[in-house]
Amino acid sequence: MSNIPTDLLYTEEHEYVKPTDQPDVVQVGITDYAQGELGDVVYVELPKVGDTFGRMDVFGTIEAVKAVSELFAPLAGEVVAVNPRLDKEPSLVNTDPYGEGWMVRLRVKNNGERDQLLGPDEYAAHIGEK
Amino acid sequence: MAQSAATQKLRQTPFHDIHVALGAKMVPFAGYEMPVQYPTGITAEHNAVRQRCGLFDVSHMGEFEIRGPQAVEFVSYVTTNDVAALAVGQVHYSTILNDRGTIEDDCLVYRFADKVMMVVNASNREKDFAHISKVKSRFDCTLKDVSDDIALLALQGPIAQRVLQPLTTTDLSTIRYYHFAEGMVSGIPAIISRTGYTGEDGFELYFAATDARPMWEALIATGDVTPAGLGCRDSLRLEMGMALYGNDIDDTTTPLEAGLGWLVKLNKGDFVGRSALVAQKERGIPRRLVGFTTSERSFPRHGYPVFYDGQPSGEVRSGIMSPSLGIPIGTCYLPSAAAKEGTSFEIEIRGKRIPATVVKMPFYKKGTHL
Repeated sequence: MSNIPTDLLYTEEHEYVKPTDQPDVVQVGITDYAQGELGDVVYVELPKVGDTFGRMDVFGTIEAVKAVSELFAPLAGEVVAVNPRLDKEPSLVNTDPYGEGWMVRLRVKNNGERDQLLGPDEYAAHIGEK
Repeated sequence: MAQSAATQKLRQTPFHDIHVALGAKMVPFAGYEMPVQYPTGITAEHNAVRQRCGLFDVSHMGEFEIRGPQAVEFVSYVTTNDVAALAVGQVHYSTILNDRGTIEDDCLVYRFADKVMMVVNASNREKDFAHISKVKSRFDCTLKDVSDDIALLALQGPIAQRVLQPLTTTDLSTIRYYHFAEGMVSGIPAIISRTGYTGEDGFELYFAATDARPMWEALIATGDVTPAGLGCRDSLRLEMGMALYGNDIDDTTTPLEAGLGWLVKLNKGDFVGRSALVAQKERGIPRRLVGFTTSERSFPRHGYPVFYDGQPSGEVRSGIMSPSLGIPIGTCYLPSAAAKEGTSFEIEIRGKRIPATVVKMPFYKKGTHL
C-alpha cells in the first residue's frame, strides 16, 4: 500500500499539495504511489523561481529509468522556491517524496481552486487502494 | 502514468512465484510475465551486478537442440558465424539472417560432442524456428525446440565464480570466457556457461525447469547474490554496447551496419543472407550503428528522432541514463561517413533538438569481462 498522508491534497496526475507555514504558499511534489510506479528517478527538470503556471499546466518533467512523465501544477500560482537538492540527488523523490523529495513551492493565485483537488480518501480510491 | 493492461495471456517462467513472493514488479515482456525490478530498484540492482553479483531469471530465452551427422553444417548455414570453428565446449555469439541479409535474430551457439544448441530471443523463438526449419531438409539432422523444458539463470558479477564454486565440483577456473562445461550445481545437473549480457564475469546456468526452485534457493542461500530484473539487464548491456534485438538490431539492419561484422564469416561457405552481405559490401555500407552521449540531463530514449546535418537519420535505438557513468548514453544509426568518434548530431527530445556526440563503445570500460 502507498503512503497517502491525510493532511495533504492530491491531483489525479499524482501530484500532492502540502501546506507550509505561509498560508498562501504550498509545497508540491509527487506522491509515494507515483514514485513507486515510476521507479528510480534519475532527473527532475524544474521551473525557475518567478515562473507562473495555470492550474494543471506542465511545470516540469520527471525522468525515471524506464519512463518519463510530465509534472502538472496542482494550482495556479508563482514558483517561489525549487528544491535545490533534486539536481544532484533526484533519488530523494523515491526515498522521501513528501519530505526532502519536494519539487517546488507555489504562491497560490486563487485559493478557491483547492476545492478541485482530491482529498486523501478520494486519491486512495483513484489509485485503486480503497 | 499509464498502466499497461495485460490483455493477452502471458507465459510464466518456472521462477514466477518466487519473483512475486519477492515483491518484483512484473511486466509483459516478449510474451512472458517477467520481473523488471525487485523492491531494491533498478539502480541498486545494476550496481550490485557491477560490484558484486546479481541473479537474473532469463528462462524466457528460447533453446533449440540440433542433433545428427550434419548438425554443425545446418547451424552454420542458418547463422553467420563459423560453427565448424567451435571446439566442443565452446560458445559463440552469432546472427540469424534472412535472404535480404538483415537480422532475424541474434543468438548464442553451443557446440557439444553430440549436438548443437542455439539460444535465441524469446520474442523471436517461434519465428526463428519456422525460419530455420525451411532449409532443414537439406541437412541430415533433427531440430527440436526445448525451451519449455529448460530453466536459465544468469549469475553475473565480479564475485560470481567465488559465489558459485562452493556449489559445484566442476573447477570453474578451468572454464574460460565463452566456454561451458556440464556439471552439477547444488546436486542439479546443469550446463555451466561462462557467458553473459552485462560485461561482468559470470555464468549462465541451463538446467531442467523442474529444478527451478532448488537451484534459485541454493544460489540465494550463498548470501552474496542480489535478485536482478530486466530493467538493469538493459542498462548493464547498453553500457557495454551490446546489441538488443528490436532496439539496436532488427530485420531492417544488416550485421555489417550494426557493427557485428565480426560475426560474419564470408569464407566459411554459403549461408542464408551471404550473397546479400557480399553485395552490400561491394556497394558500400550506407549507415552504421554508433554510440552517443549528450550533455543535457534530459536523456534520449528509444524512438526519439535523430538528425545529422539537418537531415533525419532514423531514431534513437537505445537510450538510458547510465547508472555507472551518470551520463546519458544511447545508440542510433548515422550515415557511414559520419559514424566516427567526435561527430556531432542532434536528437529531438519532446520537440527540442539537443546536441549529441558520437563516442566509442563500450561506454563502460571497467567491466570484468569485456
